Amino acid sequence: MNSFVSRFASTGHDVELRKAREAFGDEDESLEMWGSQAGFGPLSKGVPSFSVPAVPDPSAFLRLHTDDHADPSCRIKIKHGTTTLAFRFRGGVIVAVDSRATAGSYIASGTVKKVIEINPYLLGTMAGGAADCQYWETYLGIQCRLHELRNRERISVSAASKYLSNLVYSYKGMGLSMGTMICGWDKTGPAVFYVDSDGTRLKGDVFSVGSGSTFAYGVLDQGYHWDLTDEEAQELGRRSIYAAGHRDAYSGNTINLYHVKEDGWKFIGNYDVSEMHYEGPAGVGYGYEIRTAGKSSANPPPEPESQTAQT
Amino acid sequence: MDISFALTGKGYVIVAADTTAAHSIIKVKLDEDKIKTLSPHLLMAYTGEPGDTVQFAEYIERNIRLYQIRNIYALRPPSAASWIRRSLADSLRSRKPYSVNLLLGGYDTSTHTPHLYWIDYLGTLASVPFAAHGYGSYFALSLLDRYHDPEASLEEGLATLRRCIDEVSKRLIVSPGKYKVKVVDKDGVRELDF
Repeated sequence: MNSFVSRFASTGHDVELRKAREAFGDEDESLEMWGSQAGFGPLSKGVPSFSVPAVPDPSAFLRLHTDDHADPSCRIKIKHGTTTLAFRFRGGVIVAVDSRATAGSYIASGTVKKVIEINPYLLGTMAGGAADCQYWETYLGIQCRLHELRNRERISVSAASKYLSNLVYSYKGMGLSMGTMICGWDKTGPAVFYVDSDGTRLKGDVFSVGSGSTFAYGVLDQGYHWDLTDEEAQELGRRSIYAAGHRDAYSGNTINLYHVKEDGWKFIGNYDVSEMHYEGPAGVGYGYEIRTAGKSSANPPPEPESQTAQT
Repeated sequence: MDISFALTGKGYVIVAADTTAAHSIIKVKLDEDKIKTLSPHLLMAYTGEPGDTVQFAEYIERNIRLYQIRNIYALRPPSAASWIRRSLADSLRSRKPYSVNLLLGGYDTSTHTPHLYWIDYLGTLASVPFAAHGYGSYFALSLLDRYHDPEASLEEGLATLRRCIDEVSKRLIVSPGKYKVKVVDKDGVRELDF
């Protein structure tokens, strides 16, 4: 927004610099000048900023041309519809996501990586705008590495998530769309933080984000407790995403499962939702019809003893 | 905002509905019974547009009773379901349709089989092992996919219903406080303390 205002302003430092640049014609700086402004960098080029659409209100422009619940008939369809979950338990953090990307009613992809590997100890999940999540969580990874180099110690999950939440908050109202869980293991143990583009940041034990989250919660909440074993926890994560993949039209295809332990995250596997329905991870299908095959609610009275029975 | 659940088990159907009657943001009544007993072995939970619900439910109730008076025998659950669905479908194509969603639970005493039907205001009829209407369905259906057992005893069935209600109370902002729970089995209809 600032860059837009400054572009059309007739006063202010940006304008002064622009006028100076025009006067001196130093579009291209000489090599000797590089980095020689006492750490302030090439300020003559102005304060760095993102380019935004050349319209009076860029976020209104974006809102007008991207899909909203109100208007599905727009030109640019942002990828929505997801189920992601993460929960904390005795053995670390389980992160499970689906892999479907939809643009309206069209399945744009069934092989999306919705877990972003920020660094060997941090995972981020992707819900909302795919590009926003991918870009800013990769960017978060860069900042986490810089923190490590500057402070000779790994960044805490709390600090990393706060960095991201402060960052997206600074863009509030400009159309960012992300709902993410930052998960990892730090000095305090396993940690999960929910961060979204409204600027909400929540510490918690169990989170699920996306259109299928209600379905995932239904299974997750009922099976969750702190003392889950590693195998039980992984099964619960997988089973919950399956439930969402089965019931929510905007989620499905495959499940990606990660487990974060003290020594960093580990990729557990990729599971096809249909395969889980019919065969499950170990030969027992998750599907209701598969699980209850042959069972009946009919309750006929026991057959009376045959009259010809011998005494 | 109303929520209703129903599930079958070994020889029974449990039907549950919340008991709040609301106008805009106000709870007007906290103990409204939204489950009607249509015949000795037939229950119907109704939710939807205020006004329509009770009017439609009473119309159905009286006509099912009339059938029983005329023919001695009450309609069996599948026939009752078909007739109710047709009533809704005819209504939908009238000048002022009823906006009512139903869960119909019945026990067929001649085949010893419990029946459960999910019916919506568009006249969709589905025979299902478990069902839900309202926001509760977003949480309960995945849960029931996981925990429902067609051969469960009444105690197990009620435990599963308890899971559904607990989950909705935990996650839904506008969750209702109380539910009325009724069961129909070979002995007929009865209300349970829950």
